[in-house]
Amino acid sequence: MKAFDYHQAVDSEQAVAQAVRVSGAEDMAKYLGGGTNLVDLMRETVERPDALIDVTALSHAIDETPEGGLLIGAATTNAELAGDIRVRTRYPMLSRAILTGASAQIRNMATVGGNLLQRTRCAYFYDMATHCNKREPGAGCDAHEGFHRYHAILGTSSSCMATHPSDMAVALAALEARIHLRGPDGDRQLPLTELHREPGERPDIETELRPQELIVAIELPRLPMAARSGYRKVRDRASYAFALVSVASMVALDGGTIQDVRLALGGVGTKPWRAYRAEEALRGQPATEATLVTAVDAELAAAKTLPDNAFKVELARRTMIAELSRRIADARSGGDA
Amino acid sequence: MSALDKRRSGDNQPSGVALAGDYWRPDGRPDPLSEKGRIGIGAPLSRVDGVEKVTGGARFAGEFTFEGMVYAALVYSTIANGRILTIDRQEAESMNGVVRVMTHENAPRLNLPPVFLMSPNGAAGDDHPIMQNDRVHWNGQPVALVLAETQEQADAAAERIHVDYQAEPAMTDFELAKTQARQPDNVLGGPAEITIGDADKAFEMAAHRVDAIYRTPRHNHNAIEPHALTLAWVKEDGSEKESERDGETLRIHDASQCVDLAVASLAEVFGIDAARIHITSPFVGGGFGGKTLWQHQILAAAAAKLVGRPVRLALSRKGVYRVVGGRTCTEQRVALGADADGRLKALIHSGVVAMTRHNNLPEPFFQATKCLYAADHIRLSIDVADMHMLANTFMRAPGESVGTFALESALDELAEQLGMDPLELRARNEPEQDPTNGLAFSSRHLLEAARAGAERFGWAKRPIQPGSQREDEWQIGMGCATATYPYMRMPGAAARITLTGEGATVDIAAHEMGMGTATVQTQIAAARLGLPVERIQFRYGDSKLAGRVLAGGSQQTAAIGGAVIAAHRALVIELLALLGENSPLAGLTPDDVECRDGGLCSSVDASRFETYEQILARAGRRELSVETDAADSAELANWSMHSFGTIFCEVGVSDVTAEIRVRRLLGSFDCGRILNAKTAASQFRGGMIMGLGLALMEETLFDPRSGRVMNPSLADYHVPVQMDVPEIDVMWTDIPDPHTPMGAHGIGEIGITGVGAAVANAVYNACGKRVRELPVTLDKLL
Amino acid sequence: MQWTINGQVRKAEVDFRTSLLDLLREQFQLSGTKEGCNQGACGACTVLVDGDRINACLALAVQYQGRSITTVEGLATDTHLHPVQAAFIEHDGFQCGYCTPGQLCSAVGMIGELERDQPSAVTADLSANEIEWNRDELRERMSGNLCRCGAYNGITDAIAASLATEVVR
Repeated sequence: MKAFDYHQAVDSEQAVAQAVRVSGAEDMAKYLGGGTNLVDLMRETVERPDALIDVTALSHAIDETPEGGLLIGAATTNAELAGDIRVRTRYPMLSRAILTGASAQIRNMATVGGNLLQRTRCAYFYDMATHCNKREPGAGCDAHEGFHRYHAILGTSSSCMATHPSDMAVALAALEARIHLRGPDGDRQLPLTELHREPGERPDIETELRPQELIVAIELPRLPMAARSGYRKVRDRASYAFALVSVASMVALDGGTIQDVRLALGGVGTKPWRAYRAEEALRGQPATEATLVTAVDAELAAAKTLPDNAFKVELARRTMIAELSRRIADARSGGDA
Repeated sequence: MSALDKRRSGDNQPSGVALAGDYWRPDGRPDPLSEKGRIGIGAPLSRVDGVEKVTGGARFAGEFTFEGMVYAALVYSTIANGRILTIDRQEAESMNGVVRVMTHENAPRLNLPPVFLMSPNGAAGDDHPIMQNDRVHWNGQPVALVLAETQEQADAAAERIHVDYQAEPAMTDFELAKTQARQPDNVLGGPAEITIGDADKAFEMAAHRVDAIYRTPRHNHNAIEPHALTLAWVKEDGSEKESERDGETLRIHDASQCVDLAVASLAEVFGIDAARIHITSPFVGGGFGGKTLWQHQILAAAAAKLVGRPVRLALSRKGVYRVVGGRTCTEQRVALGADADGRLKALIHSGVVAMTRHNNLPEPFFQATKCLYAADHIRLSIDVADMHMLANTFMRAPGESVGTFALESALDELAEQLGMDPLELRARNEPEQDPTNGLAFSSRHLLEAARAGAERFGWAKRPIQPGSQREDEWQIGMGCATATYPYMRMPGAAARITLTGEGATVDIAAHEMGMGTATVQTQIAAARLGLPVERIQFRYGDSKLAGRVLAGGSQQTAAIGGAVIAAHRALVIELLALLGENSPLAGLTPDDVECRDGGLCSSVDASRFETYEQILARAGRRELSVETDAADSAELANWSMHSFGTIFCEVGVSDVTAEIRVRRLLGSFDCGRILNAKTAASQFRGGMIMGLGLALMEETLFDPRSGRVMNPSLADYHVPVQMDVPEIDVMWTDIPDPHTPMGAHGIGEIGITGVGAAVANAVYNACGKRVRELPVTLDKLL
Repeated sequence: MQWTINGQVRKAEVDFRTSLLDLLREQFQLSGTKEGCNQGACGACTVLVDGDRINACLALAVQYQGRSITTVEGLATDTHLHPVQAAFIEHDGFQCGYCTPGQLCSAVGMIGELERDQPSAVTADLSANEIEWNRDELRERMSGNLCRCGAYNGITDAIAASLATEVVR
């Protein structure tokens, strides 16, 4: 690991100011949360920051918003967020998504801000001896003809098919979370679904964040139907593994009709994947198996596969149908998710 | 003879222990410790090193320090074959804290390392020169070593070493390499092809046939302790010497499962007397075949020589994947021909494994097939495909672990074709004697183990029709498979017993990597000497101690046992020689006495007894110490010697996601006398859990384009976690083998065997999908 | 820089790159905490920070200044093993012993999480205020600690026994 400077920020204004001060033409500062991904990438020399701005002392608060949602300080740990009884009762898919990710130790360290910015687990991205367009645009992608079983089938480009690894972000995509940002030019907000970019020709640019911009909070809107939401993660071992496919879902019924639905996917997208096409095909339609099949197939029609990850289409299809069916059954029975 | 003594002689609860004799001979007597009811043998004694291990007091190799020690970091090649054109080490050497960068241009001259199974002193994984020239032989070979004052500095400098290569064509694609496969000149010292009758013809004529290809991937041991060592070239008095290093001793704290063999190999590499190398390895954080001699130990010693300072080299996890070989991949054909009753007419088990031209371990997948089933005609063969890769090596049950996946899956396929219970099919082919070498089995109670296991597991409730049982979305199925691993007792073992008035110390250059060796051998020594376990000290993990004992091949327990038996006899002979005329034991011969109650006793007259303390005191001796070699392993020439077992597994397969959950797992074993019920259960379970890994998730991803391991991490190479592992039931016949020390067999490896097939067979039973390529991941079921 | 380690205030000046793990092992010779992967994938380096379990390998020492850190060396008193330590010995919750310090710290941290009614991925009803433990809960919650020797059953038995006797703190 390359040597770096370390600064601890007491609040977000100071953090941004520090980042601005140490960043220059040559030097790069990175915000440090729990370090669970950044420190690892620095050891691999994939990340080589000149300075770290420690933002773990920033807000851990989870506050009620006037609109009936929650505002989550970006330094809140994953464990704090997953364990919050308000989250568990009002947004259970978010708790479940976080709890299926990583290990208890990592969830105790990782911040929610950092979780959103974790980088892909593509083996070629991690190995400096191989070609990776995400590390070095134009260098080529060794995954395309190499190992890509974990790779994305949605939102890919010829230059990159690396999967976004976060579970939490998948739930946040479904929950229509908004990201509160603070930067040198002031504050702004982005929908979570617009934070991450598809790779296109520039897989190295992963988010819409501007230089030195810091995630300061995540806002969950009021969403009563989320109380019956769920998250299912499918993976290669029973715990402590990244998703092959994951599904975050919630359904509101009006009699036999799907009144509203939120559906997002993990493990299959180059970004946390909100299944808008499927949602569109579900809204206002009868809550039948046929509707689900049509909707799911509409979402997956755009899937681009390679030999090792082709199975994800069928896996995602089955998992989505099963999860939506469960949500519909729950909604019908009026029981808890 | 008094009434009491007469009663004792017919007693089946013996207390005194006579000297063990000629258990290895066809007409020999079994070791007295193998008898039922021996106090302490089989008892579930908690580990003697438990407190050290739970308090952080156990010190591992990378936790020792030397004054003035520097830290090492390695740079690994990024090509699989070719030459180093230039190594720019200037930037690295100018960095803060960096002491030296060692490359082939400045490394001390070293001899070639002797290779395991190729040389009597061989502990090394391959015979490539180590940083002696510009050649690169595999992707990941160390090409430079950085020494710095701290690990952080060494690591940072290693990142700044720039290497230019001249790449040459490399064979890194197994699919291509296997088209040029060759027959190796030996497999574990035996033939690479075994033929009995005409198996191909018999197969063609058989009424029922199964003929399938099974594939198993590369595996890595992944002991949780990465390989590490701390070493120094020191003067005999222990202080470091600045010059004239020729007169020094190489002192190594290593993580090793072969301390003595490693010394012998290092002596050859450095061209010095073996007496001037001293390796200790008191705790080893898991071995599984991987903690032998690889380049890192040699490089660390060479670098320490180069700079004249002690060195700590702790491989990163990635480094372990680059430098320490694992289990190679296999492609196996099993062809079974049977009559309508399920009797095997033909048994063919052949295939190809990847290897290098610089090592000698064709993964011996046919080992289990040699001894398991009676068949009229048998053909077994292994070919090797030479590749440019890190040399493969032994990993827990080399051969059997992957070989039983193929063989036992094929048996399951045949059973289904015959409409027969898979256990019944196996029982019908139970051989009278070893089917390939014709020897009698020393101890084979597989059918008892299978029956007992089936009963406890509830095998009779197995759904006959695949896919016929379910709970919600989970399809439930059961499978079974035979487990087997040979009994071994390698030559070279010796033991020293030192007796004092307070107790006894047993010294042997053996290893404790978690198998329970220290605990079990303490129990055995206590029983043999008639002392309480508190008065026994078992010392191990030190090359200066007696003998050469490899912690491998599941042979350590027997090897130590044989050496202690020999030393025990020598000790008693010496004790009897110390007796004066006034001793109540005077005039007795070694075979007239037993050890009991902290002393010697006539085996026919309990009144003739004296404590060791009394004997030593009368002779004016503070202690008595003997060192003796174990008897030759003649038993292996007289019998076919193996452990057996049956693995039963119940899985659930999701009909939505095809996820597989192992719900129940049972192993019923026939491994001779079990010496400690607690540590034995752990050994069996541990092997079975590694078997679950092999069955469901483990695979080293070797990129066929570059020959590079692409998942060199515990995040990307999945081993089972707690959530994958159900409560595992284990049981054993506890029938002693009359021809082994303690009547015991080693049990460290058999647990992994059979599990791959038991799981795959259960998956088939659950959902009707036959997977012939490990690991059985959900994508293969969709 | 300053940390409270096993109740003692300890000071050192270290490289910003130094992990909490290397601080413990190299600076303070507390080698009970182990390095298994150095990337948060095995749990061998688990320590407690203000009672919460974390992976010391991914923690920069500088980031944990002023915090209270408990390692395996701090679990027992001078005279008594921590009940979980004793239960690990009784139930054979280890073989080689290398992952054991991390397993122990993880188990102690996990018991605290259970006492605070924190849910896990296998908790059926996330909205429940009180979380009951069972073997599946223990297995899921301990899944961040790999054991290659395969002592998982003994580890679960040991923790279950400790919880059942309610003398774990």
